[in-house]
Amino acid sequence: MESAPLYWRLKRQKYNLIGTRCVTCGESFFPPRSFCPTCRRRGRIEEFQFSGKGEITSYTIIKSAPKGFEQFAPYTVAIIKLDEGALISGQVVQGTPATIGGRVVPVFRKMYEEGKEGIIHYGIKWQVDGTAAEK
Amino acid sequence: MDIGIVGYGAYVPHYRIAVEEIARVWGEDPAQIKEGLGVLEKSVPDKDEDTITIAVEAGKNALLRAGVDPKLVMALYIGSESHPYAVKPSGTVVGEALGLGPHLMVADLEFACKAGTAAIQCCYGLVKGGVIPYGMAIGADTSQGRPGDALEYTASAGGAAFLIGKDPLALLEHTLSYTTDTSDFWRREGADYPSHGARFTGKPAYFSHVTSATQLLLERTGYKPGDFAHAVFHMPNGKFPVNAALGMGFARQQIEQGLVVRRIGNTYSGSSLLGLTNVLDIALPGDRILLTSYGSGAGADAFVFQVTDHVLDRRDRAPLTEEYMARKEYIDYGKYARLRGKLKV
Repeated sequence: MESAPLYWRLKRQKYNLIGTRCVTCGESFFPPRSFCPTCRRRGRIEEFQFSGKGEITSYTIIKSAPKGFEQFAPYTVAIIKLDEGALISGQVVQGTPATIGGRVVPVFRKMYEEGKEGIIHYGIKWQVDGTAAEK
Repeated sequence: MDIGIVGYGAYVPHYRIAVEEIARVWGEDPAQIKEGLGVLEKSVPDKDEDTITIAVEAGKNALLRAGVDPKLVMALYIGSESHPYAVKPSGTVVGEALGLGPHLMVADLEFACKAGTAAIQCCYGLVKGGVIPYGMAIGADTSQGRPGDALEYTASAGGAAFLIGKDPLALLEHTLSYTTDTSDFWRREGADYPSHGARFTGKPAYFSHVTSATQLLLERTGYKPGDFAHAVFHMPNGKFPVNAALGMGFARQQIEQGLVVRRIGNTYSGSSLLGLTNVLDIALPGDRILLTSYGSGAGADAFVFQVTDHVLDRRDRAPLTEEYMARKEYIDYGKYARLRGKLKV
């Protein structure tokens, strides 16, 4: 479980998929990097918002969920190649099942709750394209 | 000054439970319930959906339609009776997720099923007064009915968002409210489920307030029921809005498009507003729309909108309400009980 300050620091990444991009070579990074491993000193890093749209490269179905996620099991976790280049892992929500190569769009969902009295964590999950939220 | 709805967005979760399935568990006659309530099925939120996530999805659609820079949206009011936190506004999360702020007025509103229309009135006043360029009003809920209660057939989940500002796709011509102390439905702090006055929720509550607000608005504006292409009245079930409309002289075809309750149930703060988004999805420039919400406790907000040419180019920028209503997966009562936290483990 994350603490309130850590959740607060990561909220822009988690809510809006704000990563970074190297202006010199065009490579995008999520989670954000402050240094381009290719361009090194010649690299210039700027903030970059990913659209969240992408393609499933691999997925698995979690039936034995870790602590805090038990209530959501079974759920699908996928590795998604975002259209802007970065690879990201995330949950695929109920609806059309995940397939390798399937297009996905981002949706805003609850990630987990810190018990009955703690913070509720929100963030981006993915929905297989072809349903109402694809536009 | 031309102020009204610049963009709008709907969201309805994809699970449905049919009246037959709930009636089967409680040994009731589904035909009688469908006839009595005028509802066939209702939407059910997934485990990871709540008022905040529904508000974000509806809000995203409203911003897409409006095509407005989110930083120009300087107020966010969310009406709901199922805000996830008792203390910490839903608007803080929703605003951040939509890319609004931090120069942003935020407050969560609560007025049973009409808090979303109250939010529209707040935004309209601020824009008209020149305080802010745009304000977003959202009505969203994941409402609960006590197991076995009549409410269980209708209490559902969904929401709608409206960006209020200049250059609208639907001009807000006039609005007023009618409010009294009438305890027809309530939920005390910390209680899991609401209580209601059964038959008392009808005549002295819903019908009295909806009719009084609507008739007062017609008097003030000089319009007659026949002047409206569409009329939407709050939908606690499929019967009340029909009876209220017909009683005031509206025709069935005027209310048909807004009657989303039959297919998704009563989405509480989203109820009349999802009726409005479904109307805006097909409305033509020049159409006049009447909207009257109702919130137990009790009050009603009435509005007159006139659709402008902008509806034609903005409508298709985001999913239509019909797309959300048509996208569905039926679940049984067991899964419904699990999703709604009715099982104690």
